[in-house]
Amino acid sequence: MTHNIIKKNTTRRKFLGGTAATVALTSGLSMPWIAQAAGNVKIGLIHPATGWAAYPAAQLRYGAQMAIADINAAGGIKSMGGAKLEALLGDSQTKPEIGAAEVEKMNEAGVHALQGCYQSAVGLAASAAAAKYNIPFSVDVGVSDKLVQRGLGNVFRMADGYGRIARDAATNLGEINNRAGNPAKSVVIVHEESEFGTGTAKLMTNALKEHNLEVIDTIKHANPTRNFDNIALRIKSAKPDIIMPINYPGEYVLLAKTLRQQRVDFMASYSVLGGGFNFKFVDDMPQIAENMIDVNHWYNPNSASGQAMRKRTEADGKYFTFEVYCAYMSILFLADGFERAGTTDKDAVNAALAASTLEVDFMPYDKTNMVNGQNMGSRAVAIQAQKGDVQIIAPSAYASANAVFPR
Amino acid sequence: MDVPASLCKTISFMLSLSLTMLPAAIINGLMYGAIYALVALGLTLIYGVLHIINFAHGAMLMLSLYAAFFLFQLANIDPYLSIAIVTPAAFVFGYFIYRYGIGVLSKGKDQNILLITLGLSIIIENSALFFFSGDQQTVSLSYSFEAFDLGFMYLSYPKVISFCAALVMCALLWAVMSLTDMGRAIRAVAKERQGARLVGINVEHIFAVTFGIGIACLGAAGCMMLPIFYVDPYTGNIFVLVAFTIVVLGGMGSIIGALLGGFIIGITESVGGLLLGESLGQIGISLIFILILIFKPTGLFGSKV
Repeated sequence: MTHNIIKKNTTRRKFLGGTAATVALTSGLSMPWIAQAAGNVKIGLIHPATGWAAYPAAQLRYGAQMAIADINAAGGIKSMGGAKLEALLGDSQTKPEIGAAEVEKMNEAGVHALQGCYQSAVGLAASAAAAKYNIPFSVDVGVSDKLVQRGLGNVFRMADGYGRIARDAATNLGEINNRAGNPAKSVVIVHEESEFGTGTAKLMTNALKEHNLEVIDTIKHANPTRNFDNIALRIKSAKPDIIMPINYPGEYVLLAKTLRQQRVDFMASYSVLGGGFNFKFVDDMPQIAENMIDVNHWYNPNSASGQAMRKRTEADGKYFTFEVYCAYMSILFLADGFERAGTTDKDAVNAALAASTLEVDFMPYDKTNMVNGQNMGSRAVAIQAQKGDVQIIAPSAYASANAVFPR
Repeated sequence: MDVPASLCKTISFMLSLSLTMLPAAIINGLMYGAIYALVALGLTLIYGVLHIINFAHGAMLMLSLYAAFFLFQLANIDPYLSIAIVTPAAFVFGYFIYRYGIGVLSKGKDQNILLITLGLSIIIENSALFFFSGDQQTVSLSYSFEAFDLGFMYLSYPKVISFCAALVMCALLWAVMSLTDMGRAIRAVAKERQGARLVGINVEHIFAVTFGIGIACLGAAGCMMLPIFYVDPYTGNIFVLVAFTIVVLGGMGSIIGALLGGFIIGITESVGGLLLGESLGQIGISLIFILILIFKPTGLFGSKV
């Protein structure tokens, strides 16, 4: 028996019309919140504070604001008479057009520099909008190399992009495999469908060939993906030695769980910029995380300042994810630019940033060396979950533990 | 090897792979379809009786997931056992939200209801973001990775339990609607509001009860989804568009339609993902939505109005 409890005056058109109207309203109603404080040097922080990426955005804001507080506590920008840094907070809502609109608003508010945006697509739109006004723009997290390949003199990135990360990831995997006697021959890449996943997967496919590793299948998935069973079974039938996820946090964790549920056997999960690989993942799912490897932005655990920042972050009840120190580093970079320029003049600041030789000891980086807006002194490292902690396993110059490979 | 030969080999491999995995994909689709159905059930019930397009549906699903999560974290109550707590709590929440919120503020106008539920979703999501942070939360149960070995796939205990529990919930709702005085009253109000009022039915109370039952369905769905999925302030939105498609497919207001629609969408998503790739596979859901609007606008079990 079926009960049709629909009202007599209800029509499909009304239902669909209402749906369409509400979707239209939803897309326009949610206005970003901008918090402004009074001060001298205004730095706009544009991150996806609402939407699926709200957590990494909160971590980025936390790191950036921690750096701003530290710089101000240390006397601000001394060459500008101790000018204080101020944060203007913008919410991109994970949408490129909103990110660009935030730039316009911040420009109206007299911003002196911008920082963002976590998603490459948003970073591309926002930095292009900033270029119209020549506002210095520092990419804290955003791996697309297009960010720094458009010839924009105002865009800078301290951390690596996916081109260099893919190269490092392949080199590190080659090194790890070599040390173990080259047991791994084949790789399956599972990547999300946007610029980040697709671009990185393409680069990895080429880079791995140089290390005698064959990519036998490449699987693209949507954002979000609710069900990874098919993908897990497809991987299982391909029998790869290495599984290489390249995706955002939710999908990263779901895939890892499903691989375990479907009893997929492999030598290593070796993710590249694995969004979900962090201390929280290791804490929440130690049995899954154990011995998983990721290549990512990571702090230098051998540095006192890195350890101190980790302790401080954890004392605040937060996980020390890469967003925290990447955002911190990005603010240091901007502040150093203002310090050396001694002014907020955009041309002068951009020139100072382009000539930066900043040393960031809490990252495993060489001295900053900007080439077309990209810091060539940066590097990604291979990290592995081991006994409830995360260790650097490659490159060996920064390693805090030996790799467990095959697992 | 020339390009066409290589392409043929790849297509042949994919086809054989797909055929091998087809049974697994169908079973996966059924498992997820039951959960989707439960989410859609509340939506179709609320829409069928109250004529409310509840745009806070996803937000309320998210609240249910958080309720189950915190019961597990703070009181160590298994998410499946928490159904007994979250479902009635969700009913009470839904009842009061309608009786003293939506019902009062809307003043009987549909467009007001639309805006109120939309506003409600914004308030709920942003409150969750403020209080719970945007961090994704998952639970790890002792039996999370236990599974039935079907030979061609492993079927995890949480998925089987969720599937069975979803079917039980659907049967219970059907029984309530078919066999109880409350069910008859709800159907009477849905068919003829003024007539129901004339025979002594408290229409406002029935509206609130119906809304409460719809949210109770979400309460149960949240508990069943937590062991399989994750929760963050926006998780509900991932499922709500699927739920709308199911409501249109099954027929607005139809319980059986919602269940069958859930299975169809679940299988379509899973098999579509297998055949077209996980990224393109989602297109099957949109295709069904368009086809049903063209060829059977009232849905599979809907009636003309």
